[in-house]
Amino acid sequence: MNWFSWLSAFFTDPDRLHGPDSIVHRVSEHLILSGEALGLAFVLAVPLGLLLGYTGRAAALVTALTGAARALPTLGLVTLAVLVAGVGNTAVLVPLVALAAPVLLVAACEGVRGTDPDLRDAARGIGLTHRQVLWQVCVPWALPALLAGLRTAAVQVIATATVAAYVGLGGLGRYVVDGLATKDFPQTLGGALLVVLLAVATQLLFAALNRFALPAGLRRR
Amino acid sequence: MDGEPLVRWGWIGDHLGYLWGLLRDHAVISLVPVLIGLALALPLGLLCTRFPRLYQPLAAVFNVVYALPSLAVFVVLIPYTGLATRETVMLPLTCYALAVLLPTTVDGLRAVPEPVRQAATALGYGPWRRLAAVELPSAVPYLMAGLRVAAVSSISLASVGALVGRGGLGYLFIDGFQRTFPTPIVAGIVLVGLLALVTDAVLLLARRLLAPWAVRETAVRR
Repeated sequence: MNWFSWLSAFFTDPDRLHGPDSIVHRVSEHLILSGEALGLAFVLAVPLGLLLGYTGRAAALVTALTGAARALPTLGLVTLAVLVAGVGNTAVLVPLVALAAPVLLVAACEGVRGTDPDLRDAARGIGLTHRQVLWQVCVPWALPALLAGLRTAAVQVIATATVAAYVGLGGLGRYVVDGLATKDFPQTLGGALLVVLLAVATQLLFAALNRFALPAGLRRR
Repeated sequence: MDGEPLVRWGWIGDHLGYLWGLLRDHAVISLVPVLIGLALALPLGLLCTRFPRLYQPLAAVFNVVYALPSLAVFVVLIPYTGLATRETVMLPLTCYALAVLLPTTVDGLRAVPEPVRQAATALGYGPWRRLAAVELPSAVPYLMAGLRVAAVSSISLASVGALVGRGGLGYLFIDGFQRTFPTPIVAGIVLVGLLALVTDAVLLLARRLLAPWAVRETAVRR
């Protein structure tokens, strides 16, 4: 037995082509769960981050928050959330949002805070209100940082959503966890490979966005 | 979880020795990889500053490594390292630590101002002595910032290792979940947090001692 035969056993299994255990279905479950978590984190964290970055308040708090968030053991949060709230997407969303939100908060905050002070002064000087300065100067300036934060958060959430399978949810982690439980190594390995591919694809997507979706004046590096 | 309190203090009291053992286990599994990562990042970082062409490809490789989901990497390594051995968890953690530490090492070594470098040369410092007396000390604030990120994320990632059989405190999560008994889970979360906090404080203190001139926080990328 080697990797190749394991993988071909996994990918040619008829269960992988149709039905609830098919690759397409598991990938879409995984993407929906990750997307929900990322979207929720974005809505919660980005406006707050922009505001904190613009006013320059609570910078120390924001830094401390990221450090704390990095230390959160997701597996622990997921299992606790399920015991407390019962099996369901909501239970798993909480830890995933807790993982992604600080990353986005800091990206938004630092992005806005890093705006060239001369530029802000000039914008104020020509008579823009604070609201206009934030939207027309600082937010565009923060876009690359925001995109970088979104990339980190997305990759982390996709990686961590795998753990959701442990508490009985779907997604690609199903293959990994079920495979480990039944000592079906081809399945575990196939699932792991798919998660890796998904994470790498996300990285590539964001690299492309960074290159093509940002206005020309904002691209850095 | 009908009627089961979130924390049964009695259980924690009865299992102090057990929790201490897991905590020590967790510290070894998560922090030894960071030290190995540091030991690898220093020479690699030096190579990258001496031969700048090397840096871009290496950084790209480690960027991809950093993006790999830990559980998936643990699983993929099982055929080589075996199920339920420490190496299964420690090997990927070393790679993650290296992925964080390599860019910070390179940034730190590059941050030495050119006049300082030239002054050292003018004082008669050879390349090695300059490295030991000027360049490495200047890189300390960067390295410490990188070490803090690497150590704290390593501590939290190591708990996922419990799913492949080893993982110190991560075992508490599995155990509590399987028995629908939240106390070990809460204890595990708190202990992981405490371990991260203490490690972070130690690194901050080390930075104060090693680089007392760097009062300001040095920003680190990730």
